[in-house]
Amino acid sequence: MNDRLRYVLVLTLITALSGLVLGTTERCTRQPITEQYRRQQLQALRAVLPEVDNAPDRDTVTPAMQASDDAPSPPTTYYRGRRGGQIVAIAFQVVAANGYGGPIRMMVGVAPNGELIGLEILQQNETPGLGNRVEEEPFRTQFMGKGLPASRWKVTKDGGDFDQISGATISSRAVVEGLAAGLQGFLHHRALILADTEVQP
Amino acid sequence: MKAADVFIRGLWSNNAIFRLVLGMCPTLAVTTSAGNGLGMGLATTFVLLCSNVAISLLRRIIPGKVRIPAFIVVIATFVTVVQLVMEAYAFALYQALGIFIPLIVVNCLILGRAEAFASRQPILASMADGAGMGLGFTLALVSLGAVRELLGAGQLFGLPVLGSVFHPMLLMVLPPGAFLALGFLLAAINSLPGHKPPATGN
Repeated sequence: MNDRLRYVLVLTLITALSGLVLGTTERCTRQPITEQYRRQQLQALRAVLPEVDNAPDRDTVTPAMQASDDAPSPPTTYYRGRRGGQIVAIAFQVVAANGYGGPIRMMVGVAPNGELIGLEILQQNETPGLGNRVEEEPFRTQFMGKGLPASRWKVTKDGGDFDQISGATISSRAVVEGLAAGLQGFLHHRALILADTEVQP
Repeated sequence: MKAADVFIRGLWSNNAIFRLVLGMCPTLAVTTSAGNGLGMGLATTFVLLCSNVAISLLRRIIPGKVRIPAFIVVIATFVTVVQLVMEAYAFALYQALGIFIPLIVVNCLILGRAEAFASRQPILASMADGAGMGLGFTLALVSLGAVRELLGAGQLFGLPVLGSVFHPMLLMVLPPGAFLALGFLLAAINSLPGHKPPATGN
């Protein structure tokens, strides 16, 4: 009995000390960690948007999903880039669910008319040397200036307008279809996103 | 045993990877580049050093029957500290190592040293053991990462060293390359002059 009490006491002491150490560390790192995520976000936004003079990560719209909403994509946050108060481009995240090695997360920039003007791959787990070439220039740049009704958003193999990477049809298809779904979501909410409600930072 | 001997034993003659072949999971998974190997090695070294010291300090009050949960709490605490600090100050590395940082908790090397060494030895020796074993682990991870990065991408620590003439062997940065590189490294080390086969039951 005495032994058991000792086990409880020692384990309690050790876990309490552990809690103290963890609490202190968490408190000291909370601020820098938030900063890191914001910096990463801003970097991705800057890569897909043209030159803007506002802070796009503080000027967002997140259209609510309603029960009757038939929008094809889950709720997305749209980041508005402005120059002189005017919205010049909008950025948002697109997740292509059907990548070869899991979802491919992308940040895209579109002009107010819905044409694609920027594409960054944020995170992917495709095969090195094959699927991960979706990050490379010739593949990514073919989408620039393309919009939804104008182009057939499929890879050439499936009768679309976009070249797949040879040996990586699944990854290419995932990106193209993900982008199409993202653009469709944007068009669906376009009026709301472009409605010029002023920013409340 | 003197602290210096303990340190050398951990670093080389009882090297966790090259001699004991412990902690294979992070070893094989994260060594796609020398930089990743270095980051993982140093994170593990920090955890090992701290947990060895803490466990050596607490060794007289931890009852034998609850020593494993006590060790695991101590180790998990330091792993979480490393994880938070990396997330705050080495964000790129944090993202490259991903899930393998929290998994340091289950690296059998760390629990193994707590159980076999730190729970029986004074602080100074435990410190030397943690540093030696940790740096030995780092040395192994960096060499494995360097071989794979060099052959698989023609680079070293992200710098192009082999030039455009060299055609990278992609296989080396893919999972099978980890096994191939480790196998050849182990074979090379076993053939070094003066090598004794790993001692058993020591």
